[in-house]
Order: sequence, then structure tokens, then C-alpha cells
Amino acid sequence: MTLRRLLMAATLAVLPGLTPGPGQAQGTIRIGMTAADIPLTHGQPDQGFEGNRFTGIPLFDALTAWDLSRGDRPTPLVANLATSWEVDAADKTRWIFRLRPGVKFHDGSDFNADAVVWNVRKVLDREAPQFDPRQVGLTATRMPALRRAEKVDDLTVALITSEPDSFLPINLTNLFMASPAQWERLRAAAPSAEAAWNAFAAAPSGTGAFRLTRLVPRERAEYARNEAYWGEKAKAEKIVLLPIPEANARTAALLSGQVDWIEAPAPDSVPQLKARGMVIQQNLQPHFWPWQPCFAGESPLKDVRVRRALNLAIDRDGLKQLLGGFMEPSVGTVGPGHPWWGNPDFRIRTDKAEAKRLLAEAGYGPGKPLNLKVQISPSGSGQMQPLPMNEFLQQDLKTIGVNVEFDVVDWNTLFTNWRQGCAAPSARGAHAINVSISTMDPFFALVRFYDSKMAAPVSNNWGLFNDPRFDAMIREARNTFEPAARDAALAKLHAAGVEEALFIWIAHDVSPRAMSPRVKGFVQPQSWFVDLRLPSIQ
Amino acid sequence: MLLYLLRRVFYAVPIALAVGFVCFMLVQIAPGDPINAIVPPDAPADVVDQVRRDYGLDKPLLVQFGLWLSKVAVGDLGRSLATGRPVWADLHSAIGNTLMLAFAASSLGFVLGCVLGGLAGTFRGSVLDRTAVGVAVAGVSVPHYWLGMVMVVIFSVQLNWLPAMGAGPGGSSDWGWDWDHVKHLVLPTVTLSVIPMGIVTRTVRGIVAEIMNQEFVVALRGKGLTRWGVFLHVVKNAAPNALAVMGLQLGYLMGGSILVETVFSWPGTGLLLNSAIFQRDLPVLQGTILVLAMFFVALNLCVDLVQTALDPRIKRG
Repeated sequence: MTLRRLLMAATLAVLPGLTPGPGQAQGTIRIGMTAADIPLTHGQPDQGFEGNRFTGIPLFDALTAWDLSRGDRPTPLVANLATSWEVDAADKTRWIFRLRPGVKFHDGSDFNADAVVWNVRKVLDREAPQFDPRQVGLTATRMPALRRAEKVDDLTVALITSEPDSFLPINLTNLFMASPAQWERLRAAAPSAEAAWNAFAAAPSGTGAFRLTRLVPRERAEYARNEAYWGEKAKAEKIVLLPIPEANARTAALLSGQVDWIEAPAPDSVPQLKARGMVIQQNLQPHFWPWQPCFAGESPLKDVRVRRALNLAIDRDGLKQLLGGFMEPSVGTVGPGHPWWGNPDFRIRTDKAEAKRLLAEAGYGPGKPLNLKVQISPSGSGQMQPLPMNEFLQQDLKTIGVNVEFDVVDWNTLFTNWRQGCAAPSARGAHAINVSISTMDPFFALVRFYDSKMAAPVSNNWGLFNDPRFDAMIREARNTFEPAARDAALAKLHAAGVEEALFIWIAHDVSPRAMSPRVKGFVQPQSWFVDLRLPSIQ
Repeated sequence: MLLYLLRRVFYAVPIALAVGFVCFMLVQIAPGDPINAIVPPDAPADVVDQVRRDYGLDKPLLVQFGLWLSKVAVGDLGRSLATGRPVWADLHSAIGNTLMLAFAASSLGFVLGCVLGGLAGTFRGSVLDRTAVGVAVAGVSVPHYWLGMVMVVIFSVQLNWLPAMGAGPGGSSDWGWDWDHVKHLVLPTVTLSVIPMGIVTRTVRGIVAEIMNQEFVVALRGKGLTRWGVFLHVVKNAAPNALAVMGLQLGYLMGGSILVETVFSWPGTGLLLNSAIFQRDLPVLQGTILVLAMFFVALNLCVDLVQTALDPRIKRG
């Protein structure tokens, strides 16, 4: 045998061992997340909605939930650990929630009204032994009106709000129920409540469809199907979550068979992924990517004609092409067909002639070009691809004589500035800010931007918008408790916002993810979340 | 020598203080807010203020620094703002992973660099010399994250020979020295070794070339020593300088290559620092940088001591 043949034989002998291959137990789905760490597993995840998606909903349940079983409609709110609820007719700040009987936590303890009260106190009652300041920031912000909980009987609980607020059942999708019994057991061996919560994060107990079986911080989390789950059980036996923050590394991991599913593949890798037989999933997200105008000082965006002109000038189809199809043109905070759409008279479209006319009417033209400064970030969660997208807009608006200058700051800084408002020094004279926005909840989609009480630094009314008509519409929506009538009130508010062009609406994300053809049964709903009970792997 | 050792250890104290203070102030000067690691961007101001008070982030900067320092003095690096986990727990596992990668990469780089540099220095002006110099220049010039991506495309995506990311099939916590685990180390090691390989090659080539011109080498040849015998003398003379360069390279690699660890999702100090920087997770940043700085100081001290042992002409103390 020649030396060359010997080497070839040796190489061939070693090759099978080199190949990573599937090599996983049947029914194990391995998911490459965009997060750099496993989101917190103590019941109130960090890492934004990716945390809720992967360590919130699968391990824990909330009183209410989103129906994530279909992709052809906006996700409706459904009963979950609560089977029904209503506001007290005599006192609109008191809600009664009836709880699902027979539900048990992963540790075998019962889910009941005491558990609900305990979980509310963990974030709202500073005197409670289980109070955890870390979870306050992650939870209380998403339930701004909730104040306390009272047990009525074992399966009934009263939730008290600071003011009448019809949004409460929606807010409650963010309050996950952790097991008091498991926490108490861990607390007995821990020196402090904080240490007990850290121990709980390592051995969490919720009522979710999956149980955590292994956690290696920053590297992996492994789930097993909860065979005692109260609802429809998961099809997959195991889920493995891997944080892979770099988009190319995620793509390579999928293509090399190390994972079965990746979140947010690199857009330019999509043709290669498709060529290798991978399935690309996408759907309209409750998210929009806008320029939020400043209504204070000398901002030219105080003029509704200018705001309307900008909304009409943008070539959203061109932008979609730039993103390889991974966006939907935005014509409002929510789109036609959504219960909050409201059919506004002002139709957002591309009409550059009308945009020029409106600008001329507002006093801008070749002799006096409109100069805008926009604060943007080079990256960030939910920000899509802010640099190429903003550069596209800059070129596009130049065609109608608008000069756009960018103030680029990093994502953390943009967050901070967003809270401080456009009149603060941190805005550095910007006329608009580019922060993407979640629209699952009416408070976060509409109220915090249109309510004068939410003006920065109280909340995210960065532009300091103040119009009593909008304040009145918000009061009406919050005080309308019948769901269809509440949606109608929100639709009126949304339509008024579009007519006043309170944002420059640009794009909705479609949350692309890529997966192996071996993954079956996956449904991509119109949501930030997915139902991990549905997919399985062949 | 003992006095010298004690003095060097004593010098580490002001260095640690300076590193901690500069790192703390740099993070404070940078735009952004550490509170963003704890609360979402849409948090109302009252919640933000409350959480800021709970974490002591409302206190004057010097008070915050003093509190951190008093904890560090008793060995407590604090807790991550973002995760609540003890900094040392995350740092401990990250350092272990980075050490493994750094030792593997520096060993590969050192061996290749010494071989290439030794050959180039011995056969100056030859094709071998030019090739070795070319490889060395390429090694220090090619962006290693780019090289990493190219290798992933070739060896993971196309050939499916080696894994693209991670530190083992079950993560680094159950690391073993079998092929299933070691194959995860191959691509990041090769990627990270190219810079030390290039630097060591050029250094060794220069040292060997210089030594080969010295009179004692001519004398050794004149005495009739074999080429191998001469080579051993040259190696002994070149070793202290080569070792010093390698010690520094290991220190740099210990700092964790943020880019390479990110490309390969290798859970080391580079990846830890990367996420801590973006989240403004001050305790993690300060703790990691402090420990790495101390490691660098200790490494330099070790190199100095080994140099002295190898070459008695170098006096310490």
C-alpha cells in the first residue's frame, strides 16, 4: 500500500466520527436563539419577548394567554390558568378571576388563589418575603395599573387596579405563575430571598408544558415535556435552547446540523438556506419600526402636513425589496383587519407628488429644504437592520427635497434617550427617534405615546405629544370593559393617530426563522411568541 | 529573589485599584445606563427610579465604587445586574473555557511559530525563509474573525466535518477529552493561533538569524560540532526572548478574543465581556477585567521568573 492510499484510508476511517450529524434523541428540537444568554428562568424572563417566548411561556403559565395556534389572524386573548374573568360592576378597579381547577406545579403542589396572590406580591409588595426587586423591572412595567391581589376562595381571586383599566386581562399575559412551595423549600436553605430566587432559577417550577431539566448559564437550557400538563401536551419530547447571538454563527449551526431551528437567520443567507432544503417561516408581527416625531420646541414635525408628507414619501416596497422581502409595509401601528385598525381617512401609501404638495403647503421647497435629524442605533433587539434601512430612507426622502441627518448612538444609549424625551439634552436636537415598538398590548402600542400623562420621563411619549382629545379617547378605552366595545374604542384612538400622522410608519417585522425540514407541525402566529407544544421532529 | 517576588506581588495592588477605577469610570462616562440591563426600555420612570434605588445605582459614583471595592477586598465580585447570578460563578466557568482555548491556541501558535521561525532564521534568504515570512505576515494580517467564518463555511457548512459553534455536545460543563468534545475546540483554536504563530515566527526568525551570526556559533562549528549540536546551542540562547513574547501572547489570548469567541459561540471571557459591554453590566465588566488584569500581571511575573531560570545572566531583584 502506498503512503497516499494509507492516508486516504485513514481519513475515510475517521470521517464518520468527524461528522456532527443529527445524533440526537428522537423528539429533541434544538433551537438557536439570538440572545447571548439563556433568558432568566425564575418566572419573569429578561431578554425582551425572546425571553417570554423561550423561558416564560414554555415553563410557566399566566392567568391569560395568547392563542398561538393559528397564523392567519391577529392572536386573540384566551383563558389560561384563569377560566373566566369580569370587572366588578360596582367597583371598576376590582376584577374577579376564576381559576382553573386541578392544575399542579411541576413540583406537585397545587395552583390556587394563594399562589396567584403570592405571585402578585413577589413584584408589587415590598414587605412580602418573596419580593424580588429584579422581577419588578421585568414585570410591573407591563402591568402598570395592577396594585394587589386578594383571595376570594381557593379558586377565585380579586385583582385590584389603581384606576379603572380594561387592559388588565391583556397585561396579565406577562405575569407568570411560579410555585410558592418550590420557592419556600429553596428559601429554607438559602441565606436570602435573592439567593432563593437564584436557586429557583436553577430549579424552576411552573405549570407550563415543559419542565427545565438542565441549565448551563450562557450555554444551554434543556426542557422535557411535562407529562402531567393540564392542557394539550407538547409533541416534542425535549427542547434544547442554545444562545447564539451572531447571525452567521446561527446560520452555520443550522447548516451543519448542530441545531434544528434558528431565530432570525442572516438575511443574505436565506437563498443558501433554501437551497439546502431549510424551511423559512415568517408572518406579520405585532411590531412596528417607525420614526417617532418630536412635537416640542422648533421641531418641523409639529406640523401635521410635514408628518403626512413624510408618511406619503416613503417607498416601502423598495425597502421591502432591500430586506429580501422580510418586512411588511406599515400603514399604521396595526394594519387593516386588526380589531384596532379603525379605518382612518388618511391612507398611508407612496404618493410622492402629494408629499411634495404638502411640503410646499407647509412652506418647504427647493428654496427652503426640510432638514431633519433622526436619532438611530446601529443594531438592537427588534430594530431589524437599522443602518441600511435608515440609509434607504435618507436616499428616498432626498427625492422630495428632504435632507436627513442621523445621530447614531448605540442601542443602550438610544433606550436611555427614549425615556428622557425630545426636549432633553440627550436628544441632541433630534426631530425624530427610531425605536421599534411592540403592539401586542394597547398600553404599549398606543397609550404610552398618545397620552399626555405619559410624556417623558414618565413613559415613552418621547415626542411630548399633548392633545386633550387623545387623552379623552384613552380614558374611554380604559373604561370600556366589554371586549368588543373596548376594541372599538381603541380602533377610534388608532384611526385618530393615523389621521394626525403621529408616527412616520415604515415597516412591520415578520420575524423570520429558519428550520430543518425535519421540524413538523410548527405554526408561526402573528405574535412575538410561538407555541412550543405544536412542533415535533422526525 | 524572594524580595523581588514580594515586591512584584505588592505592585499588583495599585494596578488592581487603577484597573478597577478606570474601568468603572469608563463605563460611567460611556453613554447609556446600566439600569437598561434590569428594566425594559418602556418601563415608566417611577419603576426605573425604584429599581435604581434598589440596586444602589442612585448613589454618588465614588460611593458606588467604594462599595464595590469593599466587597472585592473580601473576595466578593458582586452580582450581575442582568442575571442576578454571582459574577464569580459566571467568570469562573468563562475563565476555564478561555484558558483551555488560549492554551491550545498559544501552544499551536508557539510550536508552529518556533518551527517556521527557526527554519527561516537558519536558512535565511532561501525559499523556505520567504515562505515562512509570508505565512507569518499573513498570520498577523488576516482578520481572525474573518478566517474563523471562512473555516466554518468550509469545514462545518460544506464538508460537515467539524462543529460550527459551542463548547461540546452538552456544553462546557460536562467537558471531556474525547473527540466528541475536542472537535469543538479545533476551529476556534486554529483561528486564534494564527496571530501568535505569525508573531512568534517573526520573533524567532530574527533571534535565530542574529544568534547564527555571532562568533560563538562560528567557534562551535570550528570545534566540529554537528549541525544538531549547534542548533541546540542556538535554541538555548533564543529561548528566553521567545518565551517572553509567547507569555505576552498568552496574556492577550487570555483576555479572550471577543470576536473569535462570538463567531464560535465559545463561552469564554470574550463572550462574557461582549454581552456585559452591550448591557452595561457593570459588576460583570469590572470583575472580569480585574481578574484578567491580575492574571496578566501574574503571567508576566511567571515569565520573568522562567526567563531567569533559563538564562542566569538575567538578574532579578
